[in-house]
Amino acid sequence: MVTFDNCGIYCAQAGIYIDPWKPVDKAIITHAHSDHAHAGMGTYIAHEHAIPVMRFRLGADIRAQSLAYDEMITINGVKISLHPAGHIWGSSQVRLEYKGEIWVVSGDYKLRHDGISTPFEPVKCHSFITESTFGLPIYNFPPIEEVHGDINDWWTKNKEEGKNSIIAAYSLGKAQRVLTHLDTSIGNIYTHGAVDNINKIYIDTIGTLPHTQRIDSSVNRKEIKGAMIIAPPSALDTPWMRTLQPYKLGICSGWMQLRGTRRRRGADRGFVLSDHADWDQLNTAVKETGAERIYVTHGYKSIYAKWLSTNYGLDATEVETLYTGESEDNNTDTQTKLAQDNESIQ
Amino acid sequence: MRAFSELFTNIDQTASTNEKIDALVSYFATADEQDAIWCVALLSGRAPRRTVKTSELWEWSGELSGLPVWLQAESYHIVGDLAETISLLLPSHHTNHDYSLHQIIHDLIDLKGKDDAERKKYITHMWQQFNKQELFVFNKFITGGFRMGVSDKIIIKALAKHYNIDENIVAHRLSGGWEARGNTLNALLSNEDGTTDISRPYPFYLAYPLETAPEELGDVSEWQIERKYDGIRGQIIIRNNTLFVWSRGEDLMTEKFVEFHNLVNMLPDGIVIDGEILPMKDGIYLPFHVMQTRIGRKNVTKKTLQDAPLVMVCYDILEHDGVDVRHLSMQERRAILENVINDARSRNNNLPLLLSPVLECNTWQEVTEERTRSRDNHCEGLMLKKKDSEYKTGRRRGDWWKWKVDPLSIDGVMLYAQRGHGRRADLYTDFTFAVWDGDELVPFCKAYSGLTDKEMLQVDAWIKKNTLDKFGPVRSVTPTLVFEIGFEGINPSPRHKSGVALRFPRILRWRQDKTAKEANTKADLMELLNIYGIGKSE
Ligand SMILES: [Zn+2]
Ligand SMILES: [Zn+2]
Repeated sequence: MVTFDNCGIYCAQAGIYIDPWKPVDKAIITHAHSDHAHAGMGTYIAHEHAIPVMRFRLGADIRAQSLAYDEMITINGVKISLHPAGHIWGSSQVRLEYKGEIWVVSGDYKLRHDGISTPFEPVKCHSFITESTFGLPIYNFPPIEEVHGDINDWWTKNKEEGKNSIIAAYSLGKAQRVLTHLDTSIGNIYTHGAVDNINKIYIDTIGTLPHTQRIDSSVNRKEIKGAMIIAPPSALDTPWMRTLQPYKLGICSGWMQLRGTRRRRGADRGFVLSDHADWDQLNTAVKETGAERIYVTHGYKSIYAKWLSTNYGLDATEVETLYTGESEDNNTDTQTKLAQDNESIQ
Repeated sequence: MRAFSELFTNIDQTASTNEKIDALVSYFATADEQDAIWCVALLSGRAPRRTVKTSELWEWSGELSGLPVWLQAESYHIVGDLAETISLLLPSHHTNHDYSLHQIIHDLIDLKGKDDAERKKYITHMWQQFNKQELFVFNKFITGGFRMGVSDKIIIKALAKHYNIDENIVAHRLSGGWEARGNTLNALLSNEDGTTDISRPYPFYLAYPLETAPEELGDVSEWQIERKYDGIRGQIIIRNNTLFVWSRGEDLMTEKFVEFHNLVNMLPDGIVIDGEILPMKDGIYLPFHVMQTRIGRKNVTKKTLQDAPLVMVCYDILEHDGVDVRHLSMQERRAILENVINDARSRNNNLPLLLSPVLECNTWQEVTEERTRSRDNHCEGLMLKKKDSEYKTGRRRGDWWKWKVDPLSIDGVMLYAQRGHGRRADLYTDFTFAVWDGDELVPFCKAYSGLTDKEMLQVDAWIKKNTLDKFGPVRSVTPTLVFEIGFEGINPSPRHKSGVALRFPRILRWRQDKTAKEANTKADLMELLNIYGIGKSE
């Protein structure tokens, strides 16, 4: 019923692709991140909260059909509906049902509540397509409230030292999520233009965010003191950043769980905060679907598929896709085995 | 343990020296006396020996986490650090009980000699007492290698600040071998730890590389110019008629240096000399690798003594007549040193000590010319020392400079790439380079450091796209990228296919302007070997 080809995940019966990376006629988009929502599709189908961002990023004139969660459409006998994925606001799992056979394409997801996205809902199915960005048991994210507390404490400390606090977070999803949990009594909050653009869409279509000020040429940099600044990772090491000195840099990402990544990224502080599922969440999600066939996409594909088949006896296969997961500079190649003399097991 | 693990995190999360010092000072302010001395011992590389095997750590942690061996192995491969991997894989716990740092370390030391069941019981019990951060620190105790970005200088500064003692005194008291168990920092720093250690060396004064034109140092007459020797920096100590020889790594190596054993009878008591230990035969210095082989040998045989007899080229005196003379000027110390050496030589013509000659230069131009003659003397360059300088502690700018000759260099083609370890576990950072031998590429060295972070990411991405074959953590790549490799010396080596072994090879730069065909050849390497390798002066 669902196949994988060189354009993306395909349902031939409905003649529709899910998150295709090459132009096709009809595409269902799980969420508006750029590795899942590509330009050039004839028609887009997505959750109503994802479409404004897609229009902003892919062009105002795209042809798009919006769906609410649980709203069902039928294409050539295939019942199609979207269900909350909890990854970012407007992110969905796609449920496809044809003659009693059910598939769920989960896109990117997490089970923990971030206070902004509609929480993940498990959907029963026969075949489940899951990502595996953090599909290794070393990824066990700390409680979210703890991380929010750490961020506010860090901001307070930096402010006391007369420094700005810059948080690097993806402009779509992570940025709004971080913003909502900031303690606004600590100081002023500023944003990079890329973040501000997405914030505006959020405020227009969904709800409120703490008051922030966009850093553009009209802002006198000398007035930015002890402030919190939310910027996308692409702004790191740019002249823009240098105008905000003195500052401390914090990076919010699941990769920050590893000391090596933390140090290599040159952050003063790494906060383990991810919009993806960690090891336990992945396993819970997979089990709750009740599915027997699991297709594992982007991340530690081969390892995670092996785990699902050897540990849970599931029929798990890895699938090549062009989705990239959480970070643009993290190539997590897992094909090579370790062969090290003094610390390895064998 | 909680306070120490927080200290560790605070240190780990900053690159600023001052913040590291502040973190240590506030730790010392509240820490238990025995915890504080263990903190210094651990951070200065004096961790106790391992009492638990790696295989046991994997086995026991696997039982607690319930994870299969293959998944532990995959996890380790991604993380790249044993202690960290195990702390991430173990289920984390939150208990309110705080264990004392010194108690944990003492328990770990005492594990030695206990049977397997007892050791397992202790470790697995402790694993269930800690949060993630503490688990990592605890595992670092077990696996060793605890330094973690804290230099001796940082520790010394923090202690000097906390105890309000001069840094030089702190440095001296901390050097050499001392026991942390049953000791306190107070006792150690006030020299009342009962072990008035007569072997204790002084911290070495180290020079910074000269980065400006020498003219900027001012009048040449204010500077003492010496050669920079290519041996092992050491201190010869004679106190209570006993000889001690320390190397710069602060290893007591007295036994290795048989040649010096008779110095007790040749030099006055209460003396500490700083110099370079080198192999020398018939008045000619032998290359460094001769010395390396000699040091590596367990037993010094008659033959080694004949083939590679050692001398010390002396350049400073730190203690004379039992008195610390480091505060005297270079010039004054030099005068004492000359007296001591010349006097000893007049009574023993087989004295294994030489004076490091002072080069007579009247202009910086002459100094520059002397530098170009360094390699002819098997030297690495020049040392420029201010004549009125004290003997300081550690690496300091201003009074002593090393002015090395430019490294030798050759352009090689990248053949293999290997994953880095630890913090570079997900990047290909260790490379093997080759030169052309006709149509064939012959590997001649491995090197890793030298690229900028940005280049490293670029090269890493390139490697992943241009892999020919994978075996273990190594990939062979299409021979395309050319790098300029710098090195300090070249020696013949029948073990290597290229026939040579390089000293301290490192990447000088990525030659993006060159194609693989334009890299150097084996013949070029042989030519360098003929000019700079062994044997030329014999
Ligand atoms: Zn996403
Ligand atoms: Zn994704």
